[in-house]
Amino acid sequence: MTKRVDEPTGTTTVGHEWDGIEELDTPLPRWWLIIFVACIVFAAGYVVVYPAIPMRHAATAGVFGWSSRGDLAAEVTAERTRKASTLAAIAALPIEALPAQPQLLRTAIEGGRAAFKVHCVQCHGSGAAGSIGYPNLNDDDWLWGGDLTSIEYTLTHGIRNPDHDETRQSQMPPFADVLQAAEIDQLVAHVRNISGQGKPSGAGAALFETNCSACHGTAGKGGREFGAPNLTDGIWLYGGDKAAVRVSIAKAHAGVMPRWNSRLDPVTIRMLAAYVHSLGGGEAPPAPVVAVAPEGKADVGA
Amino acid sequence: MSALDLISPSSPLYQKRKGVFPKAVDGFYRRLKWAVMAITLTIYYVTPWLRWDRGAYAPDQAVLIDLAHRRFYMFSIEIWPQEFYYVAGLLVMAGIGLFLVTSAVGRAWCGYACPQTVWTDLFVHVERAIDGDRNAQIRLAKAPWTFEKTVKRLNKWSIWLLIALLTGGAWVFYFADAPTLARDLVSMQAPFVAYATIGVLTTTTFLLGGFMREQVCIYMCPWPRIQTAMLDEKSLIVTYKDWRGEPRSAGLKKAQAMEADYPVETFGIAKARIGDCIDCNQCVAVCPTGIDIREGPQIGCITCALCIDACDKVMTQIGRPRGLIDYATLDDAVIEKAGGTARPVWRTLLRPRTLIYFTIWAGIGAAMLFSLGQRDRLDISVAADRNPRHVQLSDGSIRNSFTVKLRNMETRPRSVDLVVSGLPEAVVWSEVGSRETAGPRLRVPLAPDATTQLRLFVAAPATGEEHVEFRIVAQPTDGAPGSREARPARDDVVFERPEREDDE
Ligand code: SF4
Ligand code: SF4
Repeated sequence: MTKRVDEPTGTTTVGHEWDGIEELDTPLPRWWLIIFVACIVFAAGYVVVYPAIPMRHAATAGVFGWSSRGDLAAEVTAERTRKASTLAAIAALPIEALPAQPQLLRTAIEGGRAAFKVHCVQCHGSGAAGSIGYPNLNDDDWLWGGDLTSIEYTLTHGIRNPDHDETRQSQMPPFADVLQAAEIDQLVAHVRNISGQGKPSGAGAALFETNCSACHGTAGKGGREFGAPNLTDGIWLYGGDKAAVRVSIAKAHAGVMPRWNSRLDPVTIRMLAAYVHSLGGGEAPPAPVVAVAPEGKADVGA
Repeated sequence: MSALDLISPSSPLYQKRKGVFPKAVDGFYRRLKWAVMAITLTIYYVTPWLRWDRGAYAPDQAVLIDLAHRRFYMFSIEIWPQEFYYVAGLLVMAGIGLFLVTSAVGRAWCGYACPQTVWTDLFVHVERAIDGDRNAQIRLAKAPWTFEKTVKRLNKWSIWLLIALLTGGAWVFYFADAPTLARDLVSMQAPFVAYATIGVLTTTTFLLGGFMREQVCIYMCPWPRIQTAMLDEKSLIVTYKDWRGEPRSAGLKKAQAMEADYPVETFGIAKARIGDCIDCNQCVAVCPTGIDIREGPQIGCITCALCIDACDKVMTQIGRPRGLIDYATLDDAVIEKAGGTARPVWRTLLRPRTLIYFTIWAGIGAAMLFSLGQRDRLDISVAADRNPRHVQLSDGSIRNSFTVKLRNMETRPRSVDLVVSGLPEAVVWSEVGSRETAGPRLRVPLAPDATTQLRLFVAAPATGEEHVEFRIVAQPTDGAPGSREARPARDDVVFERPEREDDE
């Protein structure tokens, strides 16, 4: 290792040589060194005031007491405060008036979307498409009514809640106790026929008139006051093939939905109703919805 | 490095900045630099205040980077985020432009146009106005802190600070409506980020232009390394013609005495013994980075060419031809050393490498201009709902839902008809309509210069293929048929039906 003075620059080399390449021992600029030292001091200070050193269970807390969880809590509180007036406005309005307030409606739908993901997806699925026994909320078939007010009522009071007077209530009898197996088969044929499947059955039609028309109507179009399904359409909560219809008639189904007024506040329920209504099958209220032009979002680019 | 080296290093650990006190100079290149400074500073300070009428729905600032609304306005051009490739194209052009300039005339960017150079130059002039020229400055720097020195320093620093403040202040006007922001800034109602930006830029301008100067170029900036690597033996760089200048004589008088000793006829012999450089150090005195160009090309040289001006003046005084220090290529140096004449400058500038760079540069520019003229100002993108993919409706038909984004990039309200093509018997409606009002087309009003988003429901009979590719077309309702305005936007999507179950 020979240190020598590099002729053009007049600087000493560090003494190493790699394939003829040598390194000059140029002194650092003073300002550079000052910044370097300042960074070290800053780092030391950082370790003291912020959580830094990992210990057995958690890192050192730091004298500022800062934590990312605390930041989150503060942000959530700030967001709640920011939203409070909008939520109050949603709560103050009757739900039928919501569509006339596009801003509020939008907020309500988004709020409902969030709440749905927490409370409803367990039965109705994350896309609200339901499954056998759990209604698809995207379609245009409603047992108890698909306008905003009806949906909000169903959400609030639930379906077939034994402990609640205002709950949606109905009960189809199991016809295995009333009819012979052959009669049930005839009924199945008739029910399938009025929804456009299979051949007509005269005996089935007669049985239907006697046993079913009280709730489902003579034509089988159902009735919302009893939550009686429309049997003539293409949508089957428990399946539309022969076996499924036979089980429905013989054993009867009585799905239950919790009443949400015991768990959620009225605004959340209202927002849930707005969300469900927005999924595509929502029905107009008795008074027509004011048609509103979709609003342009000025800052959305991509 | 051995441990001993760390304990007692052979050279000092750090080095204080050596003061640089550039002397005032006049000449062709100095005037060129004045002109460039005037132009660049004017562009920088004035641009945000230029107005450009875009109608009621867009800002009227000629150049505006609207980060909040994600728009970039430049005179008649408006760029949306998804068109950012135009900005990328500009950056590519800037890069290739730098290659072009550097391979032709070396570090001309550094010497004339770099903000660090321009503002340092400005600060140096302020310094000169207050402290006097080089010698007075050196004296003042060495002098103890008297009252007079303090006053001078405070004066200088406050003017620097004012310039720095204006510099930082001008920057933020590019990002908001300048007159409004100026009013808000004064009344302390501007957003915090505006003040913070001004604060940071004021500090950096003050420190980098006033105190760091050539340290930025030598230690901080990556350009010198990149640019030096892009130079070749045909690039014009500031060169001390040592074959002409060496050996140096010491001082003007001695040179004149020698000139007298050797009459013109014998000059050829005299030249062999004595060079044109009289070692007056003027080139070093004027150098803003404090280097001696006579030591050869070096990283500290930003090719500001002020030493050329200084040396030319000296050469005139001693009656020698100008250009002892001059722009020259390494090839020229070889030729001239051998007694030949250098190639004309235009041949140096026009050579394959620069021509190729120029062609690429101009090609990208032309392509961008062409595509800017051709680009569509209406755009549609459709995303299908994935959950659920299809919904069975009570009348037996199938519904698919889509999120449609319509970008109306014109600064006026428009409306389009959404039409489904390639899906027989399909009807469409939106979240504000209903199945009852559904039809084969849907009129959608579009807000000016904005994205309109809507949910689109499409229903079609259950009979048909499981996956049907079809197209959603946004047909403008305005614009003469065949014109660019009337050009529809379209997006291809798939209509999904449930898997077919066999009837029992
Ligand atoms: S070295 Fe860097 S900072 Fe200095 S003039 Fe060149 S580009 Fe500007
Ligand atoms: S050596 Fe000459 S060209 Fe280079 S920076 Fe100094 S004055 Fe400018």
